[in-house]
Amino acid sequence: MLDADDLAVFPVDSWIQDGVAWLALNLRPLFLAIKWPVEYVLNLNIYLLHEIPFLAFVAVAVLLAWRLASLGVAAFTAIALVAIAALGVWSEAMTTLSLITTAIVICAAVGIPIGIGCARSDRMWSVVRPVLDIMQTTPTFVYLVPVVMLFGVGTVPGEVAVVTAAAPPLIRFTNLGIRMVETEMVEAGLAFGATKRQLLWEVQLPLAVPTILGGLNQTVLTAMVMSVVVAMIGAEGLGLVVLQGLGRLDVGRAAVGGIAIVLLAMVLDRITQKLAQPGGPGGRPLLRSLRGLFRPDRAIEGKTVGANAVGGPAVANPDQ
Amino acid sequence: MTERLRVENLYKVFSKSPEPALRMLAQGAKKAEVLAKTGIVVGLNDVSLSVPTGAIYMVMGLSGSGKSTLARCINRLNEPSAGRILLDGQDIVTAGEAELRDIRRTRISMVFQHFALLPNRTVAENTEFGLKLQGVAPRVRRQRAEEVLSIVGLARWGNHYPHELSGGMRQRVGLARALATDADVLIMDEAFSALDPLIRTEMQDELLRLQRSLKKTILFITHDFQEALKLGTRIAIMADGELVREGTPQSIVLDPGSDYVAAFTREVDRSRLFDARSAMNPVAPVPLAAGLSLAETGDGGGLVLDDAGRVVGALDADTLRTLRNGGTSLGNLLRKDVVTVRECDSLLDAARAHRAGRPMAVVDTEGRLTGTLAADRILAGIASAPPPQPAGGPHA
Repeated sequence: MLDADDLAVFPVDSWIQDGVAWLALNLRPLFLAIKWPVEYVLNLNIYLLHEIPFLAFVAVAVLLAWRLASLGVAAFTAIALVAIAALGVWSEAMTTLSLITTAIVICAAVGIPIGIGCARSDRMWSVVRPVLDIMQTTPTFVYLVPVVMLFGVGTVPGEVAVVTAAAPPLIRFTNLGIRMVETEMVEAGLAFGATKRQLLWEVQLPLAVPTILGGLNQTVLTAMVMSVVVAMIGAEGLGLVVLQGLGRLDVGRAAVGGIAIVLLAMVLDRITQKLAQPGGPGGRPLLRSLRGLFRPDRAIEGKTVGANAVGGPAVANPDQ
Repeated sequence: MTERLRVENLYKVFSKSPEPALRMLAQGAKKAEVLAKTGIVVGLNDVSLSVPTGAIYMVMGLSGSGKSTLARCINRLNEPSAGRILLDGQDIVTAGEAELRDIRRTRISMVFQHFALLPNRTVAENTEFGLKLQGVAPRVRRQRAEEVLSIVGLARWGNHYPHELSGGMRQRVGLARALATDADVLIMDEAFSALDPLIRTEMQDELLRLQRSLKKTILFITHDFQEALKLGTRIAIMADGELVREGTPQSIVLDPGSDYVAAFTREVDRSRLFDARSAMNPVAPVPLAAGLSLAETGDGGGLVLDDAGRVVGALDADTLRTLRNGGTSLGNLLRKDVVTVRECDSLLDAARAHRAGRPMAVVDTEGRLTGTLAADRILAGIASAPPPQPAGGPHA
């Protein structure tokens, strides 16, 4: 009778072991080159977020949540942040937030251009797509193995894993957003003599922004999950609190970490989700929201004008 | 009239290897045969036409007839498979990338069926879109945008977003955007088809009004024959990628040439389409007395004209006979109740002006008599029987 174990003749494990060892030895400069910007941005973020006074941080976060999302989200943000501080894990939460913000910066810097490239070239998309499929179906846990082999242990290798796990949704959504732009819009651009670059910047990207922000939301949530998991390879932050709690059978400590993670995740999700929701039928949420941050008067004016137009009779309509 | 745009033997087949299909078409195969044998869709099959400067040239056809494909070939949103498109003698088909971009920026602009306004930009920003692509300075292009917005009647709407506007207003923005670049050729691809009937009529009138001062060369794509008649200087009717009939609206209605075209012309309101000149009886005035001449009306009577050919009055058959038999002086016999219509007035206007028992004179723009019109002639012109074509009529 054939037993399943009899078929285990391929020493795949040692092949991979050898392969990764070879990579680690011979491509060391490459991995250092990847690690360097990650380390730089991460350290900058950790420094900034830990140096900023608690109250100042809460004030800025609440203001952001109010302008970008809504008053309700702002209130929730305030409560959640105070709760995290009350749980006594503020510093760890800031480290986790650094991991996430770093992932956002790097994913945006790398993922959006890749997404744009995929949208403009079917060939590139046919290469990138299966890679993304593999990356997204691979359990986050499994990412840790090659990362440890190639980058070592600690917070910076952890960040590499976070970035790797969080980038695919942004690439996908960027590609999707640009491809979904109506043909007539693209044709309008071409008909008025847009170059390829103008078409991208004047037509395709602005119209893809809501979708790209949807991808950003996914990226933030994936980064959140991953930033906890990478505690297993020695990354600091809230994940480490949970891990330590588990290791010492200290359920209370683990729960504190867990609650803080949930609160932080909810704040990030609410804010980024609101960003992605189109303001009107056209949708220009990001720019308008950001503009609104600096010019509150103009944002308010925009709102009243919109209300009038919807209301109908308040605005003279030459067509009637 | 000079020629702005000329299309010569244009073919478009939707395939990466068009040669077999083109070869079949060259041997006289039709769209359906090519599709059956090669699986290739034919968009245009040997289309040639000439668009005069300043004309509103209507391309009319049902869906799938290739009318939009033709429009898109003109600015090469669709790449023609074979043939030439000459814009003031310059071939667009062979233009290089930079040259084509230049043509699209400054020579040909386009209005889209679903407006294609950028939702993230204000009306003014949409209007100056073409100028921005050209790299025109912000202040200059904004000024130009405000100019054209006031031309299309949206002067105060510059800072609004497209979603705050009604369909008709959005298409005005689309039109303003196309006018802003000051291109001589305007492609309007089913520009009014997405609008409500009332708004559509209003936009058609607006376009005619604008065209009187702008004098652009407009290639207007439509599936609506009434729209084609109303707007068109000339109409080209397409079916299955081929041009089946081309001519002035009146000539197409008078002589559809095929059952396919006749199906469109059958329901046409001829009373608005045809003018008085097309139904009138031309006159040949003969000298009557010193400084006066007589134009006979065919019923025995006649119209009396002065030196300049203007109508002074009318004479009944009886009076004329009396006069001819050496009767009394002319003065007090003249009837002064002549109804006058201009040559360019529609038959509907003529019918409205008509009064039983009163003679009707048709005059040119100078007021000179060119013909006479009777009730039966007006009716014949309105009914589907084609009115006989007088010499020098509009159907030449």
